[in-house]
Amino acid sequence: MTSDAVSRQPERPQLRKAPVRLLELRADLPRRWYVTVGVGFISLFLIAWIGVTAAQWVVPLFLPSPAAVLAELGSQVQDGTLWLDLWASVYRISVGWLVSTVLALPIGILMGNFQFFEGLFEPFVDLLRYMPAVAFVPLTILWLGVGDTQKFAILFIGIFFQEVLLIMDNVKNVPHDLIQVSYTFGLSKWEVLRSVILPAAMPGIWDTFRITLGWAWTYLVVAELVAANVGLGYRIMRAQRFLETDQIILGILVIGVLGLITDMFFKWSYRRLFPWVSKR
Amino acid sequence: MDTAKLAVERLWKIYTGEKGREVVAIQDLSLAVYANEFVSLVGPSGCGKSTLLMMAAGLEPISAGDIVCDGKPVTGPGRDRGMVFQSYTLFPWLSVAENIRFALKKSKLTRPAQDALVAEHVRLVGLEGFEQAQPNQLSGGMRQRAAIARALVYKPQMLLMDEPFGALDAQTRLQMQELLLQVWQAQRTTVLFVTHDVEEAILLSDRIYVMTARPGRIKCEVRVDLPRPRNLLDTESQPQFAALRRQVLGLIREEAKA
Repeated sequence: MTSDAVSRQPERPQLRKAPVRLLELRADLPRRWYVTVGVGFISLFLIAWIGVTAAQWVVPLFLPSPAAVLAELGSQVQDGTLWLDLWASVYRISVGWLVSTVLALPIGILMGNFQFFEGLFEPFVDLLRYMPAVAFVPLTILWLGVGDTQKFAILFIGIFFQEVLLIMDNVKNVPHDLIQVSYTFGLSKWEVLRSVILPAAMPGIWDTFRITLGWAWTYLVVAELVAANVGLGYRIMRAQRFLETDQIILGILVIGVLGLITDMFFKWSYRRLFPWVSKR
Repeated sequence: MDTAKLAVERLWKIYTGEKGREVVAIQDLSLAVYANEFVSLVGPSGCGKSTLLMMAAGLEPISAGDIVCDGKPVTGPGRDRGMVFQSYTLFPWLSVAENIRFALKKSKLTRPAQDALVAEHVRLVGLEGFEQAQPNQLSGGMRQRAAIARALVYKPQMLLMDEPFGALDAQTRLQMQELLLQVWQAQRTTVLFVTHDVEEAILLSDRIYVMTARPGRIKCEVRVDLPRPRNLLDTESQPQFAALRRQVLGLIREEAKA
């Protein structure tokens, strides 16, 4: 019954090369190209920065050269200011973010699972989350003084109310059928919560952690704007007073790199922890 | 005939929509499924057949009337009734074997006994070699095989199936129907099966209940006297199959028009 074409073993023809199309709608870009263009764009940016400052098109006060920023980095590493600032800021961020998260996690999980708790907390959270954290700076100083507690408070106000709603949504995104099928195995609601809803919501919650920790860096600078004598945000503010733009740019870059590192950590650990999540 | 494994008696389901508007989804509906019987529920879309199944599973509250399983009124989900959904309900963080074992969480069997049950049911649905695979590595058909194994592994009194092959492509669907025929012929579990595919219903069932358009009632009961064991090619080529198909399709078409 089978035709000749099927029974005989055909010779493998010369294969066509797939052309690389850089700008095709939704097409995959070869990994090599993907990295090249990304690195290239950053390089282009750096070259432009070097070029503009070397050609002295702008006054160095307005835009210091990369060399000046590097020199500033060198001196801050040597006299130890960078490490002190780094430690102070990382400590504040860690405590502020951890306190927010330790509270947001159980409350968000309750709100996502029980409409009672959603009804109880959501109006309150909605009211507070639109209040600008920055505007709380004078009040928090009045209430808590100028120590680290005030910094934690600003970070908390900036992060907690948003985080709680994000975690609620992460929990609500667990497919209803997964919950229902678990009930048919005879599980109680607490068992379903622990063995099904939490593991299913965890990847989303992990992403929420990544996003909120990113915000924490913004609120850190806000918290250190006033009433601080050490920290990356403080260094930027002090530099502003003396118009030391190289210090400002260094501070911004350091925060940027730290933010990037934490982001990369969360993305990396996400892939390790949740290999079962299919991307795209 | 002996007493019913599942008896639905004068069942009503009424939803209260927005502005207090009432929607009668199921109206005074009675049916019975006897032990070791395979019964299908077909009807026009929106007739409430899935709602009925969810109520039988105890996952949807009953507005009025009773559902009795094995002499006990259904008040909530329970291990006497296994359920297979249309959507993929494997836990994506567990392997196939772990998914099947998950259904034994409340079982008092020893670990080795559980292992044996899991292995037996992996074989039953033809998933040998895929025990350690994660759901996202499986095709849709394989996921539903695992879901069927998971629903059978704790030996429920009966199986409720809500369009389990509805999301599969035509080829896979046919394969799964054959598989379910084999599984059922081997186990003779009592099944209540919801589908909109008339051929599927005839191929698999002993009896078919045809439902009316909403509000859902039983329009008619059709007995399928095709000989068993059945298989796709032989059963569907019998003249009786064509006659039944014509009869049931006609009944549904009357409702779809109404």
